[in-house]
Amino acid sequence: MNYEPARSRGSPDVAANALMQQERRTGAIRIANVLKIYGSEAAGVRAVDDCTFDVPAGKITVVVGPSGCGKTTLLNAIAGFHSISSGTIHLDDSLLCGPGRLKADPGPDRIVVFQNGSLFPWKTIVENVAFGPIVQGRLTRKTAIEKARFMLAESGLHNLESNYPGEISSGMRRRVEIARALMNDPKVLLLDEPYRALDSLTKSVMHEALLETFDRNQVTIFFITHDLEEAIFLGHRVVIMTTRPCRPKKIVSVDIPHPRDYSVLTAKRFREYLDETVEAVHQEALKAFDAGERER
Amino acid sequence: MKDLQSAFAGDVNVGLAPASSPAVSATERAGRLESIGFRLAQWLRSPRPYLMLVGFALFLGFWYLTVEVWKLPRFSQMPGPTAVITEWLSPDPTYGLSIYSPEYYEHIWVSWRRVSIALLLATATGVPLGLFLGWSQRFKDYVFPVFELLRPIPPLAWVPLAIIMFAGSETPIVFLTFLASFYATTLNTMLGVESIDVSFVRAAYCLGAKRRQVFWHVIVPGAMPFIFTGLQISVGVAWFSLVAGEMVSGQYGLGYLINTSYTMVQYPTMVIGMITLGIVGYLTSAGVRMLGNYLMQWRARELAIGAEK
Repeated sequence: MNYEPARSRGSPDVAANALMQQERRTGAIRIANVLKIYGSEAAGVRAVDDCTFDVPAGKITVVVGPSGCGKTTLLNAIAGFHSISSGTIHLDDSLLCGPGRLKADPGPDRIVVFQNGSLFPWKTIVENVAFGPIVQGRLTRKTAIEKARFMLAESGLHNLESNYPGEISSGMRRRVEIARALMNDPKVLLLDEPYRALDSLTKSVMHEALLETFDRNQVTIFFITHDLEEAIFLGHRVVIMTTRPCRPKKIVSVDIPHPRDYSVLTAKRFREYLDETVEAVHQEALKAFDAGERER
Repeated sequence: MKDLQSAFAGDVNVGLAPASSPAVSATERAGRLESIGFRLAQWLRSPRPYLMLVGFALFLGFWYLTVEVWKLPRFSQMPGPTAVITEWLSPDPTYGLSIYSPEYYEHIWVSWRRVSIALLLATATGVPLGLFLGWSQRFKDYVFPVFELLRPIPPLAWVPLAIIMFAGSETPIVFLTFLASFYATTLNTMLGVESIDVSFVRAAYCLGAKRRQVFWHVIVPGAMPFIFTGLQISVGVAWFSLVAGEMVSGQYGLGYLINTSYTMVQYPTMVIGMITLGIVGYLTSAGVRMLGNYLMQWRARELAIGAEK
């Protein structure tokens, strides 16, 4: 694949764009006392219990926890794929789910980028990206395709337009999927371990591309991972979860200024954050291991 | 043989591709033609076509030796390959049927028409039924138990009932042919819907699709590979049950030809009928495969990349 990643970071109009975007920062998620029990009340599995934390608008919040700790359950509740058992989740000032309405409706204001990718293999890249506005009836097919072309060009993916997802690398697919989400001007991007299946070299390219996208759009990002380095590298805020039931164990604000690039990985501050959090993550990993938790 | 089929199917698909996407330029079309040539040349350079010829030669040789040279006891009644081929190609056949007799094409045409009607009916009813079975649990709860109870009844067991139910000799045969194809198509379509990764459905809802849009944009195309696998199977079983039906009732048709040649001790004609069935059956199934590749370019292109790796 001979593409040139759009190296626009730091250019003046990007900075201006970011400033403009700051005005309309929405997409704060408030998770309060959320409980989720799978199965019956008495004998069921408590996947999430008394979970409370905020996802600030226009920031990257990364949730870290061992596999199967219940963090995907939380994401599914925000996205509207699953109900919660009690508690409330708000997006800005509106209630997503809570008493009386335990399951949110999925919608284009909260778009999920899935662990194994979910580009429709039967649609070309540009058709995939244009899908949202077309089915919502927001844009005509023609304008949607035009806008999709523009979005792809912006992420340096324009030469893939007429390919099918099966023909491009999995790293590229993730980037297209993020472009497909951003087509809808979502308030929140929900990323469910999107880079889990990628090798570490591709992963590092993906991280930079994601940060670049974030710099351009300032969209709220809710990112799930079990990789602590990834969490600290990407996040403004890192929420370390206990193993099942899932609730915040430690919340760290990562005070390394954005835009970040890969030099951060070797910076002293980065190492300090890692030292500060690695113990907490390790404890939970051991607990999860002893309990024999499996990936759900 | 399968390799050969896929090689051809792949080439034809590339050749058909420009029709589907209006944006394809002339240069791209030329490029595709070139790629057909390239793949054909590559195929001829690989050992595959020659192994195939050797396979045919071995088969014919075995037939020739056992029947015409060694004259093994159990094979004494059987026509040898030379007898069959001379009869088949003769302008003046001993038993009255060769590639020069119009009657031969009448048989092929009648069988082919029956299979086509039955396949069209089976697809037109089986695909929607399978889609709904996979899409709606409630619908499945109603229909599937009945379906599963009827499915193991072999088409041959339906013969008497088919003759009682339908007038004439044509409809019962079409019905029998339809039956087996219908089961194969429905079941595969249903499995196709069930095989769709839930992430695709969730992603579509996330992007703002309504339930109906999810059905048309995700469920139908997502089930397509299984639908075409089902059609492949359904073409096979259609010829299968067609012959069963034609042997029992009806005039004309390859099954009828085989059966009457047997009762009239015209053994070379019987074998001609069998070989013709093989060829026509192969062609229809290749046609379905080509149609599948044409409709599912995404899949053909994905698989082509897989083959390169």
